[in-house]
Amino acid sequence: MALLSLKGLKKSFGSIEVLRGIDLEINPSEVIGLVGDNGAGKSTLMKSITGVYSLDEGMIGFQNQDVTTLPPGERRARGIEMIYQDLALAPQQDIANNIFLGREPTKRLWGFLPGFVDKEKIDAEALKMIDRLGARIPSIHVPVGRLSGGQQQTVAIARALTFDPKLVIMDEPTAALAVREVEGVLKLIEQMRDAGIAVILISHRLNDIFAACQRIVVLRRGSVIADLQREATDMNEVVSYIVGAHG
Amino acid sequence: MLSRLHIRLESLIVLVVLSAGMALLSPVFLSVNNLFNIILATATFGVLAIGATFVISSAGLDLSLGSVLGLSSVVGAALVVTLEWPWYFAILGSLIAGTLAGAVNGFIVTRGMVPAFIVTLGMLGIARGLALIISGGRGIYGLPNEILFLGQARPLGVPTPVFILALVAVISHYILAHTRFGHHTLALGDNEAAAKATGIDINRQRMLLYMLSGLMAGIAGLIFTARVNTGDPTAGLNYELLAITAAIIGGTNLFGGRGSILGTMIGALIMGVLQNGLNLLAVQAYYQQMAIGMVLIAAVWLDQVRDRKRS
Repeated sequence: MALLSLKGLKKSFGSIEVLRGIDLEINPSEVIGLVGDNGAGKSTLMKSITGVYSLDEGMIGFQNQDVTTLPPGERRARGIEMIYQDLALAPQQDIANNIFLGREPTKRLWGFLPGFVDKEKIDAEALKMIDRLGARIPSIHVPVGRLSGGQQQTVAIARALTFDPKLVIMDEPTAALAVREVEGVLKLIEQMRDAGIAVILISHRLNDIFAACQRIVVLRRGSVIADLQREATDMNEVVSYIVGAHG
Repeated sequence: MLSRLHIRLESLIVLVVLSAGMALLSPVFLSVNNLFNIILATATFGVLAIGATFVISSAGLDLSLGSVLGLSSVVGAALVVTLEWPWYFAILGSLIAGTLAGAVNGFIVTRGMVPAFIVTLGMLGIARGLALIISGGRGIYGLPNEILFLGQARPLGVPTPVFILALVAVISHYILAHTRFGHHTLALGDNEAAAKATGIDINRQRMLLYMLSGLMAGIAGLIFTARVNTGDPTAGLNYELLAITAAIIGGTNLFGGRGSILGTMIGALIMGVLQNGLNLLAVQAYYQQMAIGMVLIAAVWLDQVRDRKRS
């Protein structure tokens, strides 16, 4: 049974048709690579899955439920997480608050004042998650804007993994990283798969795609033009689909 | 300790140095009566500054604060004096008028077609005009004692507006620093796209923030009415300048993402001391306006320099 199923997704911005009827199914613990040229519609497709964009047409099913019209927060609550290329972090807020952004646990202050954000719990849980990811950060209370690119990436990943996601979308997670850090991300994807999490990896680096994904989906001009198993293809074929040599 | 309370050391130093300077220049400055004067004057725009802090830390702006204060002053007084409704309608009317004006601001801002700067600048004109129309351009005098209590009484020797400001400040601090609403406000001001992506309903958040700002103007309008025993259509003229300046020198980031109510209270006190001191030194009101404007520009300038150094 598919975890995520997309049926006939269409989306236009003004007169430009960015998604022209996308059909795709993704199973639990499946790692798929989504590739395509700039402007192929990858980001639009992903933001439609997370609910940041609303669709013109089509249906998004997640765990056999129609989530097409749900807002982003509701979809996160059901287990759809995305790590954005720009990381979508709030630079002046601290690491812990960024990890819990939009999901702050609350308690009653002194037993009766409602809605008090449980900062101690946030800090403790955030620290646990950062440790699990094996990252070195100066303190959980540092504003995210003062961290290095790799450290910020870790915060974004920690935010996606803290709430037991079922599906994690990663948009160019390795683009800004050093070689050693790239290996860390690829290893993390492996761990997520082993934990039963499905992953959609968007990347321009085909090496990373081939290293991490069993299945490779090529998007071109708003349509899926190839859906390939890694064993049955190679980089040349994928590149030829990306550039449109197959028509 | 200071950072836990979200107060900047610099603003405290400025407050202390400024007060010490005024005390040296004027023997009256430190008298109990004068200190009450300062804090009483601060109370009105201090409440406005709290509204400004919420909105500015979400990367918004509310230029209509002073005019909405005037509108709510007139509405409250008109209900009770002109229409002869019971006294509590002055309270309800003032608060509702402020909140409604804020709701209109919020509604238009969240439609996304007009920037907050323009919406609230427009409301600055609209609310002032409305206040003048409702009052016929004249003050509405003769409020009942229950209302005057809110501005002129001194329970335990302390003016009521000071209690009101303290109560509003404590609740607001709780909201901004310790609730999800506060966290989301700062996140929205810090990175709107991130706030949206993590599931925060940013339109609802904005709407509530502008309503909250309007409510603060309503409370300030009520205090003003009670203090001067008048529903005054010109009340709060230029107060947005004071309120925004207080918020900024209190450490609120003009571009959003950082703000603290306690910091704003320090900022409001700085403005209160500055105004009062200049009064004591017999500096003309015209020059005071200039001084406040310069403080605002200098505060933002210094903040920018500091941020640039950091990054």
